[in-house]
Amino acid sequence: MNVTAFLLFLAIVLVTLVITYYASKKTNTTSEFYTAGGGLTGWQNGLAIAGDYMSAASFLGIAGMIALTGFDGFFYSVGFLVAYLVVLYLVAEPLRNLGKYTMADMIAARFDSKQIRSVAALNTIAISIFYMIAQLVGAGALIKLLLGLEYTTSVLIVGALMTVYVVFGGMTATSWVQIVKAVLLMLGTFVISILVFAKFDFSLLKMFEHLQTATPLGEQFLNPGNKFKIGLDTISLNLALVLGTAGLPHILIRFFTVKDAATARKSVVYATWIIGIFYVMTVFLGFGAAAFVGAANMDPAGNMGAPLLAQSIGGNFLFAFVSAVAFATILAVVAGLVLTAASAFAHDFYGHVLRHGKATERDQMKMAKWASVGVSVISILLALFAQNLNVAFLVSLAFAVAASANLPVILFTIFWRRFNTTGAIWGMLVGLFSSLILVAMSPNVWNPVAGKAILVGEALFPLPNPGIVSIPLGFLAAWIGTLLSSSRNDAKYDEILVKANTGMRDSA
Amino acid sequence: MGNTVSAQKNVASRQSTDYAAIIQSESFQELLRRKKAFILPSSIFFFVFYFSLPILTSYFTVLNTKAVGAISWAWVFAFAQFIMTWGLCILYTRRAKKFDVLVEKIKQEAGGTRK
Repeated sequence: MNVTAFLLFLAIVLVTLVITYYASKKTNTTSEFYTAGGGLTGWQNGLAIAGDYMSAASFLGIAGMIALTGFDGFFYSVGFLVAYLVVLYLVAEPLRNLGKYTMADMIAARFDSKQIRSVAALNTIAISIFYMIAQLVGAGALIKLLLGLEYTTSVLIVGALMTVYVVFGGMTATSWVQIVKAVLLMLGTFVISILVFAKFDFSLLKMFEHLQTATPLGEQFLNPGNKFKIGLDTISLNLALVLGTAGLPHILIRFFTVKDAATARKSVVYATWIIGIFYVMTVFLGFGAAAFVGAANMDPAGNMGAPLLAQSIGGNFLFAFVSAVAFATILAVVAGLVLTAASAFAHDFYGHVLRHGKATERDQMKMAKWASVGVSVISILLALFAQNLNVAFLVSLAFAVAASANLPVILFTIFWRRFNTTGAIWGMLVGLFSSLILVAMSPNVWNPVAGKAILVGEALFPLPNPGIVSIPLGFLAAWIGTLLSSSRNDAKYDEILVKANTGMRDSA
Repeated sequence: MGNTVSAQKNVASRQSTDYAAIIQSESFQELLRRKKAFILPSSIFFFVFYFSLPILTSYFTVLNTKAVGAISWAWVFAFAQFIMTWGLCILYTRRAKKFDVLVEKIKQEAGGTRK
């Protein structure tokens, strides 16, 4: 075991628990639990969004993918960033103005229906759990590699920590863990990037020239097409990346932690700068790993590329530091996911559907905490079960569901006067199930060669990424569902239009 | 200004905010017009710009030609997406300040009758 790494891991556990301790004193009401009382500043929330968003899949996964397949890995970096324009232009401000704690609140502001709440909560929980399984399985494998702990122990440690942060510190603890992680991640990535760049005398030309001959792919390394061979699939992936972010519940609930739409806007802009700078640096991580670690020395997915690069150019301490950063990254993301799924269950399903919005503050808090425990336990069990499965595709699946099931309904709620309850339910259900069914029939799950995917056989749907079919289906279903029902409420839309654009609230 | 229209309508329904009247007010219409005039064209622009990259790399090889040294146009275009994103963020931030002024005005006009 690497002693420095172990001490740094311990330091992170300690710091996050101290944060949770102080946060727990400020977590007495549901508003504090779900949104940190809405008191974060633009900068704080911008950092927290970045910390919530830049997952281990981004940090380790993209670095590895660029190292192994060159340009194709960079598609993720570009898509993950441009997606913030959709968030900024179309979603963040109306969402802040209409919602309270969850994504379902925003849709329910227009359609006060229990069915809609339930379906929206179902989507939120499904997306968050897919995302979380991918993170937890990655965490288990990573900690095993870095610290030598058993997979099961590693998953249990991460699982226990995320539960503690959320149950005791709610959104305040989650936000500050995310802020600290964002700062650490940017620092670590920056140091590695500078060291890599220095090896090429700070010349982009030299770096690219070197990469033409440094990898087994030769000159082809720098060209697109090493990983994505089907054009339609590349476009499908890009579609899900750019539209998915604006429908990811754990990103959306971050906008309720600030006081108004203008602050929500500021936080997106800060987040976009931080996230953009980070994704530019993924090129240095990937190229560095390709040049100084080499494909032969990495695991097949390339996840160890960034830590091994740190070791080869910065020695043992940098390796330990980067490993600890990866650990913090996982903790921050899974904590956000637990809170998101728990709030959908406790606030939407329990509070509004089962108790008709009449549960006492005390009951709501209790349920919020129990729901957090429940979500954690289910995710940990699923992650233990999925140990030997290749679940990296679950991240893209979460993006596809978010883009197909949530985004159409969010956009129509804000922008389409004729939209109604039937359309909203159709859109969410068709978006969710079309993504799930297409992925279940895709090469992610089926492969004729045993051991390459979860099941052995020919895939019925040829594309690993379902977005190009499921996203239009989600929009279409919301549209057709709306037209099939005669229900239409112009007065309500007037109200939504005013509220979404101005942030006015009903005077009590 | 348009606030006389909305003010008159608002008197009729004291109990709750008269959203229909706010929508018809000149300030609100101006806000919607300005938002649409900015958001619609810029959204179309960034979608076209963004999808040009995977479409060009998937079906054509033109981006594989070198721009500078070993750096091909594909990389230049990919980095241009970052510049575009940041650029549109800055532009939007500036525009949104004008939207905020209008929103304040709308709220004040409606404020008199909200109770």
